Amino acid sequence: MSRDMIMDIVRLVLYVACLVGFAAFNAAYLSLLERKLPSWMQLRRGPTEVGPWGLLQPVADGLKLLSKQILIPQGADVLLFRLAPVMVAVPGILCLVTIPFSETIAARNFNLGLLMIFSFGAINVFAVMLGGWASNNKYSSIAAARVVAQNIAYEIPLLLVVISLVMSMHTFNLHTIVDQQAGGFWHWNILALKVSPMMPIAFLIYFTCMLAETNRAPFDMVEAESELVAGAFTEYSGMGFGLFFIAEYVNIIVGSCVGTILFLGGWDSPFGFLPGLHWFLLKMYALSFAVIWVRWSFPRTQFYGLLNLSWKILIPLALVNLVLTAIMLKLF
Amino acid sequence: MKTIPLKAKFNEIAVCVEAAPLVLETAHATKGIDLDVTVPAGRVVEAARIMDEAQFMIEAITGVDWMADKQLEIVYDFTHVDSGERVAIRARVPRDTPELPTISDIYPGANWHERETHDFFGIIFTGHPELIPLLLPEDARFHPLRKDFKA
Amino acid sequence: MSIDAQSVLNETFVLNLGPQHPATHGVLRIKLTMDGEYIMDADPVIGYGHRMHEKMGENRTYAKFLPNTGRMDYVAALFNGHGYVGAVERLAGLVVPERAEYIRVITSELNRISSHLLWVGAFLVDLGGFTPLLYCFDDREQILDLLESVTGARLTFCYYRFGGVSNDIDDDFVAGTRKFIASLRSRMPMYDAFVTKNIIFRKRVEGLGAISAETCRKYGATGPVIRGSGVAYDVRKAEPYSVYSKFNFDVPVYTQCDCMARYLVRIAEMGESMRIIEQALDTLPAGPVMAEKVPRTLKPAKGDCYFNVESARGSFGVRVVSDGSENAYRLKLRSPCFSNMSLFRECSRGMLLPDALALLGSLDLVIPDIDR
Repeated sequence: MSRDMIMDIVRLVLYVACLVGFAAFNAAYLSLLERKLPSWMQLRRGPTEVGPWGLLQPVADGLKLLSKQILIPQGADVLLFRLAPVMVAVPGILCLVTIPFSETIAARNFNLGLLMIFSFGAINVFAVMLGGWASNNKYSSIAAARVVAQNIAYEIPLLLVVISLVMSMHTFNLHTIVDQQAGGFWHWNILALKVSPMMPIAFLIYFTCMLAETNRAPFDMVEAESELVAGAFTEYSGMGFGLFFIAEYVNIIVGSCVGTILFLGGWDSPFGFLPGLHWFLLKMYALSFAVIWVRWSFPRTQFYGLLNLSWKILIPLALVNLVLTAIMLKLF
Repeated sequence: MKTIPLKAKFNEIAVCVEAAPLVLETAHATKGIDLDVTVPAGRVVEAARIMDEAQFMIEAITGVDWMADKQLEIVYDFTHVDSGERVAIRARVPRDTPELPTISDIYPGANWHERETHDFFGIIFTGHPELIPLLLPEDARFHPLRKDFKA
Repeated sequence: MSIDAQSVLNETFVLNLGPQHPATHGVLRIKLTMDGEYIMDADPVIGYGHRMHEKMGENRTYAKFLPNTGRMDYVAALFNGHGYVGAVERLAGLVVPERAEYIRVITSELNRISSHLLWVGAFLVDLGGFTPLLYCFDDREQILDLLESVTGARLTFCYYRFGGVSNDIDDDFVAGTRKFIASLRSRMPMYDAFVTKNIIFRKRVEGLGAISAETCRKYGATGPVIRGSGVAYDVRKAEPYSVYSKFNFDVPVYTQCDCMARYLVRIAEMGESMRIIEQALDTLPAGPVMAEKVPRTLKPAKGDCYFNVESARGSFGVRVVSDGSENAYRLKLRSPCFSNMSLFRECSRGMLLPDALALLGSLDLVIPDIDR
């Protein structure tokens, strides 16, 4: 083994460790933000007891989840039951491996980075469905069926929008995509009307699909709290539930990161100078904030309303976007 | 007044109870009801049909335990949505064999009221699709509102 | 043993919307027979909160039963109290002084507003929107403070007495009520924009949960349920009691028969209640708040009578049978939610589960009122 290869492996291990830490930290503190933000919107204060300003709340939550007994319902498929939370959490973290946080910070820069992210995202659906089915609980089974229908419906406009972007950028490499948007916010893809006159709408389609893929309100039929208790996760206790929980926030992070890279210029600064990690993080957290904000503002859609939105509105729009992109490519 | 034509119809089926007037027009302000009718237990269905044709709404069904008379009285309260008039129909059954026909075919809302009255008094509404306990536990065999019930 | 294909295709399963469930307002169990996501049959099982108030009415003197009235429909407790004292007063022939009647109207209407505010919040929570609940509770807090200053309780009121009310209202209460009405009026446009015009909310409730006027009549459903089906039945107008005939107010009626109609009825009723309160405060007469010569132990004359009031949920009725003694011989409490709930089985057939829960929410049920 050459020295380079050893250094490479060490570097990779360090990066992955950092990413796992980053994902865990974000999941923990996004969950706190998820409770603080709505409390400000709802004229109350949210968690304030544990730690100053409630900052140690996620630690308390984590300890609570760890200390609970893991109950496996009678008749549940034990292997799948235990496997499902892991299968949900790991792909999210793996997606982070390929995301470039700045010019120099990226665990592994794949040429097909974008493709890898969407492939791993699809595993999420599968794992939630498995978890719902393996619980031997009618509520969970209903939720599992809903997850599959919903996620399939929303994968399509998501991928269509991304394909039109990839067509114009000529690459799947996330690093290159950001480089092509360098130089100020007028170069960012969200305003790149030369690529497609529908670009801002494409961004909204992406945002909506991201909400649906991560099963966030108003598309949270899967875990519709007031109907199915906790949906696919009803039977999970302790850290099994904790892993689903972490996975949801990691998916939001990944979705926000990808949105930042594809549309908002990644680590590029809006005015051209001082690009860097701080801009990336700012944009990513702005998108996450928007996700949380939307959750607490709207009631839940009906299931067929949700599917109607995807099949009848978003997919046609995304197809139009694709065609327009192709035309613009040909013309310019 | 919606209740005036009803008086004539009820006079055909009302029964004499201790020589007291059977189809009474009462003052709403003092009794809360406009027409107080006593019918034989077997003819409550006809009475309910008269009410239904006159577009009255079923308000409540309840029982009263007259232990001294050894009878159970069932009171049906009807109200008219347009005029706010009220009709109370009473029927009496013997305490030992409290049976009378159900009106839940005419008024589906009577289903639950009759189940509740059965729970509390043990009155059997013959023809009721599902006379199982509503408010009491499924295996309850006691009837709390009877005067001889000791908890 | 073989299972033929047809029976597998027609297989329905039974889902228990159990006594412990976030969507049912209280302990209610519904046995759902479902075909996939569609409800084939919804059989409500009630009685988990049954305390037998009617027997308690027979075992206590009339006055000792007064606290019980606040525990049935605790969200709109003053109406239950009004129904009970009204029935006993009718039987005993007691005349309530005018000032007391005005105070009863003011406090009842405040209670109606607070009940509807709670319902709006809870309905939205059922549909998945958690934020309006907190805004509604914020407004409701002002009402609870006002009512606490005069009745001593925030939720389970026991304020009305035979012949009047137990406590007089003071200038602070009057000023506070006026201030509250001004503040709620200024908030209504916010509710309108945030909730009523919200596209997701509208898609969830418009055109769903149809209850025809005929169904309401057959089941005895009253209150916003029947007014959302086009029938203008309001006990305050049909059988005026207390001093309601002196006030100028409309009865909001919507003809669409869906959940949205019932929602709009309740929102409009809040506005009408505010009008009534303002008129009552403007014309509040001076005088005693309790009738003279009310015996300590009331023994109404032999006989029976019926009295009903327009509660926030419908027509709440009380039938009192007296044998001349100090305990009631029979006390029948006609709860509006009982009749409103009974039509759920028929109306929810063939609906999707979330839509049926929206229908259940729009009926505005308080389970302890059903169970008594």
